[in-house]
Amino acid sequence: MSLSPGDIVAIEKVGVSAGVPPPEGAAATVIEGRSPWRLAYERLRRDRASMISLGVIVLIILVAIFAPVVAAITGHGVYEQFRTTGLSPDGLPVSPSSHFLLGTDDQGRDILVRVAYGARISLIVGVVATLLEVVIGTVLGLAAGYFGKVVDTVIARVIDIVLSIPFLLFAISLVSISHPSLTIVIVVIGIFGWAAVARVVRGQVLSLREKEYIEAARALGAGPWRIMFIDILPNIVAPIIVYTTLLIPVTIVIEASLSYLGVGVPPPTADWGTMISGAQQVYQQAWWYLLFPSAALLITTVAFNIFGDGLRDALDPRAEQIYK
Amino acid sequence: MTETGASSHRVAGTDKDVLVKVENLQKYFPVQTTSLFRRNHDQVHAVDGVTLEVRRGETLGPVGETGCGKSTLARCIARLCDVSAGRVIFDGRDITGLTPRQMRPLRREMQIIFQDPYGSLNPRRRVGSIIGDPFALHGIADGAERKRKVQEVMELVGLKPEHFNRFPAEFSGGQRQRIGVARALALRPKLIICDEPVSALDVSIQAQIINLLVDLQREFNLTYIFIAHDLSVVRHVSDRVAVMYLGKVAELAPAEDLYQVPRHPYSNALLSAVPVPDPKKSSDRHQIILIGDVPSPIDPPAGCRFHPRCPKAQERCATEEPALASVLGDSAEHVTACHFPVEKGEDLSNTSRVSVPPSGSQTT
Repeated sequence: MSLSPGDIVAIEKVGVSAGVPPPEGAAATVIEGRSPWRLAYERLRRDRASMISLGVIVLIILVAIFAPVVAAITGHGVYEQFRTTGLSPDGLPVSPSSHFLLGTDDQGRDILVRVAYGARISLIVGVVATLLEVVIGTVLGLAAGYFGKVVDTVIARVIDIVLSIPFLLFAISLVSISHPSLTIVIVVIGIFGWAAVARVVRGQVLSLREKEYIEAARALGAGPWRIMFIDILPNIVAPIIVYTTLLIPVTIVIEASLSYLGVGVPPPTADWGTMISGAQQVYQQAWWYLLFPSAALLITTVAFNIFGDGLRDALDPRAEQIYK
Repeated sequence: MTETGASSHRVAGTDKDVLVKVENLQKYFPVQTTSLFRRNHDQVHAVDGVTLEVRRGETLGPVGETGCGKSTLARCIARLCDVSAGRVIFDGRDITGLTPRQMRPLRREMQIIFQDPYGSLNPRRRVGSIIGDPFALHGIADGAERKRKVQEVMELVGLKPEHFNRFPAEFSGGQRQRIGVARALALRPKLIICDEPVSALDVSIQAQIINLLVDLQREFNLTYIFIAHDLSVVRHVSDRVAVMYLGKVAELAPAEDLYQVPRHPYSNALLSAVPVPDPKKSSDRHQIILIGDVPSPIDPPAGCRFHPRCPKAQERCATEEPALASVLGDSAEHVTACHFPVEKGEDLSNTSRVSVPPSGSQTT
């Protein structure tokens, strides 16, 4: 039996921690493997832009969660119209002041409160619709890539068809047939968004399924489902996570666009897209009505995009080589 | 074209001693070259009528150049791919037509060690769960019990059981191959197919892994199909060697017999290509340089597959396919598929069709 230098170090560490009461994890770290996730996390933590954008995202989430608190502090309900204090004598929105920090809209409602509530809609749609897309896309992409043959042909054609449908036109007509609602918006976005995810996943699976460890799994007697979800999926989770993070801002913008066009979340629900649309009538007199919801939308999408980029750098296997 | 005297080399030993029996096995891979108007259905004849037996407790070593079908043969035996024709009988049971689901219980009894210790371990999974897979998949042990069994196997193959939680990337090539061995050994299979298990390793590590495999064979009475293209490795581990050329067995013999008296001209050429690590001896010996390349397995030559490159080829070789049989008074154990087998002491390097090599050069 020969010992590698690593083994000797390991033994020394064990010896040390055996004498002293082991500080939690000291002995464990010797044995504990450094998982690819841990390495990625350590890289991510060193990336300043990612950490700042993550902070911004957390902040937006907090604002969304505590929107009622914002309403309570200002004393302005989200649907409350302040016809006397919130509108100027000739019926125009009032500018930012100590009373209305971000001004009011054309109905005399507090923009600060409504932007805060709008974050809820954007995040809910952004996250739920994206998850829907990713789940459908991943399952179908896995099936297409792993089973191949007929399954692949059918799924690949469906992907092509879905990707070639003009999304906005279709969404507008679909939503206007049924009653516009939050659920409809999420479902519509989900139906159209999965195809891009499926295509990415399928490509990854096609290359992974030729790996020897997949053959090893088959030689051990693993069935197709186990191979897809236990052997292949963990290897494509990283690109899926990156893709998801970059898809969230896209979804948020799509939701805002639908609302802007009047086929999204119906008023009087506070929504950034609806607010931007409403501001169009009066923005020359009330710049704050247009600026603040737009800025909220911009900051949110930029934060997600920068964070997604950082995640990609952190999870990129080529970057991993450097730190090995 | 594939009759090959299926029974001519069925030698001493009852079926009880035979773990794997391969009868006239064929595996064709379709090659589709679709041009605009027509579609060609060519086929690669990867394995083309192989008949052999693997006996319990022995090591059978298929050898041959890249593309001679040795790995495909192994994959067909393990039923990792479908068989085009012929039969595979494992432990007295015909497994040729079994579906993957029907194969599952049999997977406990036959395992594979793969060539590439980097490619054969899932980089996202911990060693413990990789080696634990066999137990999990066959519902043998769970939780703490499984962990204990995994650590037992790890110790058996010379890994530290404490490294249970590590990832494959944290091990060296040799250690990774030990993980592969542990995974294959976990369920104590009857047959382990070693698909070039040491080709990707350092020479010093090769010896360690080979010795490990030999020790394990002794301890657990394992049967190996040991594929390699390093002939000195094969000689060291194999009881019997099957020389393969273009999807067929050219010569099958006990290892020592084959190395002492190779009968097939191809075996002779293969053996003469083994590098000799001594420059003086190397320049003295007669190396057989084969002319040309291995013909395409899409359209293999008629008659004896080897005849276009064979220094002893005559007209008969191009038309009539030789069957495996013992020749020139060899024992029934030593069978050769050749019309004009090589006599002991015959020097093929002087045959007219062969150019005398400049010293030290390799076969092409």
